[in-house]
Amino acid sequence: MSALAPLLTKRWGDERSWTLESYRRAGGYEALAKALALTPGEVLATVKDSGLRGRGGAGFPTGVKWSFLPPPDGGPRYLVVNADESEPGTCKDIPLLMADPHSLIEGIAITAYAIGCHHAFVYLRGEVVHVYRRLLAAAREAAEAGLLGPSVMGSGYDLRLTVHAGAGAYICGEETALLDSLEGRRGQPRLKPPFPAVAGLYARPTVVNNVESIASVPWIVLGGADWWKSMGTEKSTGVAIYSLSGHVARPGQYEAPLGVTMRQLLELAGGVRAGHELKFWMPGGSSTPMFTPEQLDVPLDYDSVAGAGSMLGTRALQVFDETVCVTRAVTRWMEFYAHESCGKCTPCREGTFWLRAVLRRIEGGQGRAEDMQILDDIPKSIVGRAFCPLGDGAPSSLVSSLKFFREEYLRHIELGRCPFDRRASELFEEADR
Amino acid sequence: MSAEMVTCVIDGIELEVEKNTLIIRAAEQAGIMIPRFCDHPLLKPVAACRQCLVDVASPAGPEGKLRAFPKPQPACAIAVTPGMVVNTQLTSAAARTAQEQVAELILINHPLDCPICDKGGECPLQNQAISTGRPISRFNDKKNTFPKPLQLTPQILLDRERCVLCQRCTRFAAQIPGDPFIALQKRGANQQIGRFDAATLGYAPSCGEAVDEAVDDSVTPAGEPFAGYFAGNVIQICPVGALTSAAYRFRARPFDLVSTASVAEHDSNCSTVRVDCRRGAVLRRMAGDDPNMGQEWITDKDRFAFRWQVAADRLRRPQVRVDGALQPVSWPVAIAAAAAILREAQAGTGVGVLPGGRLTLEDAFAYAEFARRVLGTDNVDFRARASSPEEAQFLAHHVAATGVGVTCDELVAAPAVLFAGFDPEDEGGVLFLRLRAAGTKVFSLAPFASRAIKRLGGRTIPLAPGAEAQFLGELAESAESAESAESAVVESAAAGARPAADVVELREALRAGGVIVVGERLATRPGAYAAALRAAQSTGARLVWIPRRAGERAAVEAGLLPGLLVGGRTADAVERDAALRLFGRERPPAGGMDLPRMLAAAAVGDLDALLIGGLEIADLPDPALAQVALRRTKVVALQVRGDELAEWADVVLPVAPPQEKTGTYINWEGRLRPFPQVLTSTAPSDARVLQAITDKLGYAVHFARVGKVHEVLEDLGAPEGRPAPPNRPAAAASPLAAGEAVLSSWRQLVDDAAGVAEEPYLTASSIAARARLAPATAEALGVTTGDVVTVSTARGAISLPLVVEAGMVEDVVHLPLKSPGSWVHATLGAADGSVVRLTASPAGPAKEEDE
Repeated sequence: MSALAPLLTKRWGDERSWTLESYRRAGGYEALAKALALTPGEVLATVKDSGLRGRGGAGFPTGVKWSFLPPPDGGPRYLVVNADESEPGTCKDIPLLMADPHSLIEGIAITAYAIGCHHAFVYLRGEVVHVYRRLLAAAREAAEAGLLGPSVMGSGYDLRLTVHAGAGAYICGEETALLDSLEGRRGQPRLKPPFPAVAGLYARPTVVNNVESIASVPWIVLGGADWWKSMGTEKSTGVAIYSLSGHVARPGQYEAPLGVTMRQLLELAGGVRAGHELKFWMPGGSSTPMFTPEQLDVPLDYDSVAGAGSMLGTRALQVFDETVCVTRAVTRWMEFYAHESCGKCTPCREGTFWLRAVLRRIEGGQGRAEDMQILDDIPKSIVGRAFCPLGDGAPSSLVSSLKFFREEYLRHIELGRCPFDRRASELFEEADR
Repeated sequence: MSAEMVTCVIDGIELEVEKNTLIIRAAEQAGIMIPRFCDHPLLKPVAACRQCLVDVASPAGPEGKLRAFPKPQPACAIAVTPGMVVNTQLTSAAARTAQEQVAELILINHPLDCPICDKGGECPLQNQAISTGRPISRFNDKKNTFPKPLQLTPQILLDRERCVLCQRCTRFAAQIPGDPFIALQKRGANQQIGRFDAATLGYAPSCGEAVDEAVDDSVTPAGEPFAGYFAGNVIQICPVGALTSAAYRFRARPFDLVSTASVAEHDSNCSTVRVDCRRGAVLRRMAGDDPNMGQEWITDKDRFAFRWQVAADRLRRPQVRVDGALQPVSWPVAIAAAAAILREAQAGTGVGVLPGGRLTLEDAFAYAEFARRVLGTDNVDFRARASSPEEAQFLAHHVAATGVGVTCDELVAAPAVLFAGFDPEDEGGVLFLRLRAAGTKVFSLAPFASRAIKRLGGRTIPLAPGAEAQFLGELAESAESAESAESAVVESAAAGARPAADVVELREALRAGGVIVVGERLATRPGAYAAALRAAQSTGARLVWIPRRAGERAAVEAGLLPGLLVGGRTADAVERDAALRLFGRERPPAGGMDLPRMLAAAAVGDLDALLIGGLEIADLPDPALAQVALRRTKVVALQVRGDELAEWADVVLPVAPPQEKTGTYINWEGRLRPFPQVLTSTAPSDARVLQAITDKLGYAVHFARVGKVHEVLEDLGAPEGRPAPPNRPAAAASPLAAGEAVLSSWRQLVDDAAGVAEEPYLTASSIAARARLAPATAEALGVTTGDVVTVSTARGAISLPLVVEAGMVEDVVHLPLKSPGSWVHATLGAADGSVVRLTASPAGPAKEEDE
């Protein structure tokens, strides 16, 4: 079986794929026309029936999320697309927006129609200015072509789209922090309840979905729920983008039905870089516990990965071969979390700060025997204590690395230096730190 | 009114609490203290510090089986639900562990500098570190440090490394007064509280001009953004030693302080305060718990302004004028000299009594007795400010001996409140916070929307000073006539610039149980009190008078007005035997003069002596006339302070400031606010000094002592009939000549008041004086915001930088009444509502006024 099943990535190779013309030539906006001929309830039912689960990391069923909106009360309801892709290793939404921005816009139009929203927002990570410009251009093209605006495709349904660039905070990928940031406030997560479905953007009912979830919607509308469910597994339906990076021969985006295994994907990507062997890998970005070669045959769907002790997350498969110092990799990640902690709650703010300090010392050869106790204890002070799931995810790589590679940390402390040759693990020369 | 109750179990204790009670509050009711930092009962929950994690289980499913939350939950953010079972650190190992874990993390970046910290000894962090933290820190790495202290306002200093980022201060500023002067900046362990600072945030100057219209452009004398009149509260609610007071920093250790629960003397709310002193000196004041008034908040003036009582010009010894100069003398000599002056004046053209508006009930009572029984005069007026005979009539009719009227709780719960001649923040203090917290709908008769009205989301009915009487009269008429909206006030609103819909809404809200608040400024508006009474009567609204000064209500009760006797009796209505009992005379003295008439008489030699107490010349509507009068006549002064006495006093009798005596204020609600003596002192109260003079004069009159005055008033009860209300008609506004404008003026909460003497940090944190004009008026004058305009009368001129105020009534100029650079009474001889000349000052940059 060829594991590849390109849908979302199907058009990426087309000539000037990001243009409306190219998109339409490949069948774009047919799903929107089809959806507009249905009632909003029928569209919602189709998506709900398809079993599509959120592609932003948590895997919550998308249609169910939409159905949480209270009945219309005459006031506005909003759709907000989370394009604040910032997780280390995750790199699926940005290429999608770069190559195929109209698939998101079409998905937005269908989703907004289904939930009765007349003003949708895309909250885009601010650093990717090129993507921002491309998305703005696509939105302009769509509006000029009557695919957005006062009467979408002449149906009388009106929809406004606002593309907003964030200022580059990891926390703004958390949906309530995103909403605060979008409202012009400091991006920090909100107390829940109320949940966004009840009081989200500007305290109005709001659906927040990931880019890839929304870009999947046109395909579901076109092909139907049954066709979508024919792909993937029973509880993780359809296809999804897997992002392979690190020590693989051909890193990149691989679209496959959910349930594909890492072994299959590695084969497609040409295997671990020549002459080396797999040491560990991250299944869903740096906030998910790491896997070793033992989990190569775990089906990469939400439940199987959870069953194996990690999370499917954003399917950001980072591959590390035997040259990599786990301590060093985990220290880099912890530096990221300490830097990106929003600071709202004590456990994440102080815990990541402390772990970063300890890890840096161990990596630098100044580790102490008692540090191991800190590394064991402090993650427990963060997980289940933090305000938002991002805090809970921060120590995952550390905890799992201690499970699989505890002796490497001890070795750093015993030797007073890193036992690895840093150059051997580097893919690029002159990557001196 | 019984709230819906919910039963839950906390640590095995079953208890019933009101629905929506947070777990942390419910636990308090059961006597269980869950550690916390960010939680504050008057602020919305944030669940940021995570110190209050507890185990929670609640019934779920059709059978209602208990289902535990998978992880500990913040007790400060979750409301109790029926059947909920909570296990705190006392009964749950998991909760205990979670709290210990958080406590360890809270402390890793804290400097642990308790020995040199102001908070050490009264610090929630210290307490919880002991109850929940580790004996020895496991953190062996480099802590975060910051330059310290950071000056948030001249009065408030921040030590960022002590901060645990609970956000109580930023939430207070945004939620309670609506003065968000500080915010969180940066993130992670670098997160910090601060004001906007380009350096902290790494803003390049090239980021350009701010595009947002500033909500509030008030600045301090140094040009910094104004942080509000309530900012000092953040020092008190800081659960660590991060926020400190510039005036108190490093002055004392909490465990060396002796605390006394007392009452603040600066406004008629008479807020509850805690006075902390050490070795005979007051070092700081804190907000007391006062659920029915300020809750846990006080104004910065109540908090920081107390050194006036021991200022450099505090009078310590009696003085008598000998050979043209005041000489220190003994008490008996001074008392004898005072008695001689008063006896002589009694025999001559008489004595006037000007006791001021800051007296306790006991001292006011003594003044009233002294005037009527001893001196036998009705020349007595407590109003050391702009006033009118109509106001005295109003006070006698509506205020005196009415007991507790509209309370603060009732006021903020009213469907609508109308302010006339009253600014709810500048002249209302913590009342503003209560209104804001309750979201009360407010309407204000004012020439422009003040900071307070803007932050209350209130409606301003734009009126030039002086137009209030006519408006209130029309409002009354409209309520008296038809139910229809086609009434006079609406028509006149349509004719003028008033939004007619607001007026109709106001009328209907008043009919539904609204409250009209009148302030002392209505005194200068002929017919305004009569119209306010009529408007209240016709709409069924309640009417409450809120004075600025703490002593005014007590002075009304004691009868310190011409024609108004103690307990609301009037000279012409009091019965013979009551008069005999009260005054030892068949007819009480009557036909007395009020303050302006007394000063006018004294100035021309028609009043031989003045007995004054706590009188500030610059507060009088015509200070120049007062100077003439005081120089011309003999003056016996009972004062706490006063350098200016040297110029005109003949006998100076130093009396005790509030903190050195015991007494009772009556706040604007009519509630008695007794306070104890804070400091040991030999300074006598006004009452004791007056008693000594009485004795010297040979009268067998004994003033009721502290504690007895309440009884006397109670025995007296309410009068049988009330004097007639004022019925003066509204005066038509006189047309303005070219270049003239109507002056609008009231006192800012912190200004050049005597009460803020020697508080440099507080005054540096106040609002700099600005002139205000409507856009059209400014345009006609050829000036804009930032230009200097000059307001003048025949007496003098005040030049201030201008703020163009959108929506302001045209041909009105607003100045603060007694702020640095803007002493309206003293410089212009004018008052709120006077006609003044308006000119643009010669070109040139606005100069910042000096201290």
